Amino acid sequence: MAALTDNTVRTTSRRIIGDEMIVFILMTAVLAIVPMTGIYPYFVMQGLCFALLACAFNLLLGYGGLLSFGHAMFLGTAGYVCAHALKVWGFPPELGIVAGVVAAALLSIVTGVVAIRRQGIYFAMITLALAQLLYFIYLQTPFTHGEDGIQGVPQGKMFGVLDLSHPDTLYYVVLGGFLFGFLAIYRAINSPFGEVLKAIRENEQRAISLGYKTDQYKLLAYILSGTLAGLAGSLKVLVAQNASLTDVHWTMSGEIVLMTLVGGLGTVFGPVAGAFAIIAMQQYLAGFGQWVTVIQGVIFVVCVLTFRRGVVGEIAHYFKRSL
Amino acid sequence: MRIRLAALLVGTALTFGMTFAAMAQDKVTDKNVKIGVLTDLSSLYADLGGEGSVVAAEMAADDSGLKAKGWKIDVISADHQNKPDVGAGIARRWIDTDKVDIIADVPNSGVALAVNNIVKEKNSILLDSGAGSSELTNTQCTPNTVHFTYDTYMLAQSTGGAMVKAGGDTWFFITADYAFGHALENDTTAVVKANGGKVLGSVKAPLNTADFSSYLLQAQASKAKVIGLANAGGDTTNSIKQAAEFGIVKGGQKLAGLLMFLSDVHSLGLNVAQGLNLSETFYWDANDQTRAFSKRFSERLKTHAMPTMVHAGVYAGLLHYFKALEALGGNPHDGAKVVAKMKEMPTDDPLFGKGVIRIDGRAIHPAFLFEVKAPAESKGPWDLYKLVGTTPGDQAFRPLSESKCSLVKH
Amino acid sequence: MSINLQALSAQLLVGLINGSFYALLSLGLAVIFGMLNIINFAHGAVYMMGAFCAYFLLNVFGIGYWPALILAPVLVGIFGMLTERTMLKWLAGLDHLYGLLLTFGLALIIQGVFQNYFGSSGLPYAIPSELQGGINLGFMFLPIYRGWVIVCSLVVCIATWYLIERTRLGAYLRAATENPTLVRAFGINVPRMITLTYGLGVGLAALAGVLSAPINQVRPLMGADLIIVVFAVVVIGGMGSIMGSIITGFALGIIEGLTKYFYPEASNTVVFVLMVLVLLVKPTGLTGRAV
Repeated sequence: MAALTDNTVRTTSRRIIGDEMIVFILMTAVLAIVPMTGIYPYFVMQGLCFALLACAFNLLLGYGGLLSFGHAMFLGTAGYVCAHALKVWGFPPELGIVAGVVAAALLSIVTGVVAIRRQGIYFAMITLALAQLLYFIYLQTPFTHGEDGIQGVPQGKMFGVLDLSHPDTLYYVVLGGFLFGFLAIYRAINSPFGEVLKAIRENEQRAISLGYKTDQYKLLAYILSGTLAGLAGSLKVLVAQNASLTDVHWTMSGEIVLMTLVGGLGTVFGPVAGAFAIIAMQQYLAGFGQWVTVIQGVIFVVCVLTFRRGVVGEIAHYFKRSL
Repeated sequence: MRIRLAALLVGTALTFGMTFAAMAQDKVTDKNVKIGVLTDLSSLYADLGGEGSVVAAEMAADDSGLKAKGWKIDVISADHQNKPDVGAGIARRWIDTDKVDIIADVPNSGVALAVNNIVKEKNSILLDSGAGSSELTNTQCTPNTVHFTYDTYMLAQSTGGAMVKAGGDTWFFITADYAFGHALENDTTAVVKANGGKVLGSVKAPLNTADFSSYLLQAQASKAKVIGLANAGGDTTNSIKQAAEFGIVKGGQKLAGLLMFLSDVHSLGLNVAQGLNLSETFYWDANDQTRAFSKRFSERLKTHAMPTMVHAGVYAGLLHYFKALEALGGNPHDGAKVVAKMKEMPTDDPLFGKGVIRIDGRAIHPAFLFEVKAPAESKGPWDLYKLVGTTPGDQAFRPLSESKCSLVKH
Repeated sequence: MSINLQALSAQLLVGLINGSFYALLSLGLAVIFGMLNIINFAHGAVYMMGAFCAYFLLNVFGIGYWPALILAPVLVGIFGMLTERTMLKWLAGLDHLYGLLLTFGLALIIQGVFQNYFGSSGLPYAIPSELQGGINLGFMFLPIYRGWVIVCSLVVCIATWYLIERTRLGAYLRAATENPTLVRAFGINVPRMITLTYGLGVGLAALAGVLSAPINQVRPLMGADLIIVVFAVVVIGGMGSIMGSIITGFALGIIEGLTKYFYPEASNTVVFVLMVLVLLVKPTGLTGRAV
């Protein structure tokens, strides 16, 4: 059976690092000057949160070959815990973020132990079912305030000095969080751990026969992915100042898959591009919003049928570079 | 030479001065208004709000009479997709870059509360009609928010109170198991008890339950006179449909839909919904004025549906907003100032009649208890309700003495 | 809590009705999975289409419930076969996850389009006059229609099982699953068999949709959440055997019914919790083979 993605371009490792470095510096530079360009910063911040989320998801699917259809549960869990910590317990923002991330990490350990027992489509169905279970739990628990969500979350002062209610300050904090997560994922992909993960994706039986305990590697990837998705969830709370049920609903999980698919599975920058594309679509197509779901569905179908490498994957393939 | 220079200087100064004066004048007499209808155009609330709310806003702009007086009124709309993030994002963008003055409708409490925070932060206006959360004018009230039409507290007061008075003194609740359902059940329970009724039991059904038969069997076994449905949307329509199947209304028990709209009843059909009790603050067939409005409304709407109370609230709320602007002599683009003016002036419109907007932002008007007609009584596809009881505005909504709103001084 | 036997038996029966829907839907998933090796994410959407189809047959063409029971599944099945021919076919040989993603996209499109045209509050569909009313069983009032749902779905499930496990056609099918090249060498048109199988699975979902139309409001999103529960049912039962998925479907309906009686707050989550337990004890599912 053909592998899930054919986005791996075989070139010497030095050149890969070179190309990716250039694009990374470009991306960082562009993102760093955004507040000075007059582009609407709120939109970019939201995009950054989803970009990190999609990158975390991509670590699992693009490199580990595991399709999680329940990644919204990490986003939402971290969001709820972070929002609750900030609003009710009066945590400072840095501790609120940590609280959200820790909650997502714990959740990923618990769900990972269950989900990792099956592969392929079973894994997808199990993660979806687990996320739905969590959705109902959050719906019914009083601290989430059901449909109302946790609203008006205070942004506070980070480390006591950075006033996050100032848009520019908030922007650079979110950008910092995104870059931290992005580099962590990049580091993981290019480490021996990442190589084993790719080997498992290509052929799990062979990896097992080489003596690797593949379940442990998969679980580790799952936990890393879930934790970083949690970081995205915490940051998102600071930006949106609310945490709501939509972040744990299955439609959100679907959107995460879509972002990654559009951008390019198993590419370093694809999920970032995909996330921005989908978020822009949601915000700017809101005028004829009735059709947003249909458009998303069409993109899914078109991507799967004709465009499996995604935008960045196609570009990389054309130039025979790895991005 | 020197004199000419002086004259030139004086002339320049005068010209500048006049320009400034003109600019300052412009500020007060700015007659541009931009209305953003933020609603659900595609999903759960699209029938009770959606396109109809946009039409209602446009009609309010046309009927205000301001256009003839040289005002320029734009109505734009967007779909919040029932996502607080998306809704908040649109609201921010509207206020920051599109210079929207007032955001109207916003069904879905989660989105409404998120927008509520934004209009306060940016000193804009939220004129909510579609959301049910009474928190908008309670713990989360702001000087920039006006809540028209209904809220969960009022639904409980009207349905609970009027039904007990009509003899339905024993209740059993089928409650959606989340904050909204619990609030609705608790509020209604309090009203039922205050009026001398008894609650025999309740069952918590998870959201999006497809099959309500288990819960209905329990409600049937309780022998309560009234079965209160503290749920919404698809859950309510499914429970009513299945109650008909189990012969609950035929068996002598009454169903009370605690949050239902005309659009829900219409889509259920009279065969299934007959005998159901529910509260609304507006019914299209109430009097000549509402009929006239509704006729024009349905002609403008693609689906030719009759207006729900949410549509009526968007229309009436905006009419009142325009009156406040006119009284201010122009659009000051200062949300809190306009809202203060709206609260100062009594409301009076063809759909809700005379009323007030209280200090907490709550619009006060009477609430009606309706019973859904039997098919034989109905004369047309939209002839659905008969009036059973009326709760005056001052009793229908949460009294200020119980309010936790920071704007209310106790 | 004192156990009220009457109420309990009523809940058991009600559970069995829900089980009928789970069984029909998970059976369809299993049939499709067996042949195409994909999980049909659009299963909830075609279930909804079945219900809408019945509505249109009645309100546009004046065709009543009984013909709709046959016609709607056939029409939706044809729609399914068209999507298989035009889209799913091209994914042969690729990772199965692509099939999942494609059908997820299809589900979004179908549900979105229906929502745009019919709103979300749904359309009414009356119980056919022959099946209106109910019987007093002593412990409960059983609407006749509910009884009919149980009988009908049992018959269809067993017929499908018989078709696949006991007939020559079924034998070809099963053989083609194991070794398509060999079966083709015997002169059997394997691609056509795949298409027909997909049509059959989709048709079963549509049939469930028609059966549910008089009970539930016909709504565009009626299948969206249901399908996730059915996925959990499928994970619990394993998709290895046809009979396994039928039995699991009915069994979980009953368990859910009991939960509604003893602890209603958990009735929406009980299937997922069971799924977790089964995965911890027997990862391949109760009847499943390793995949």
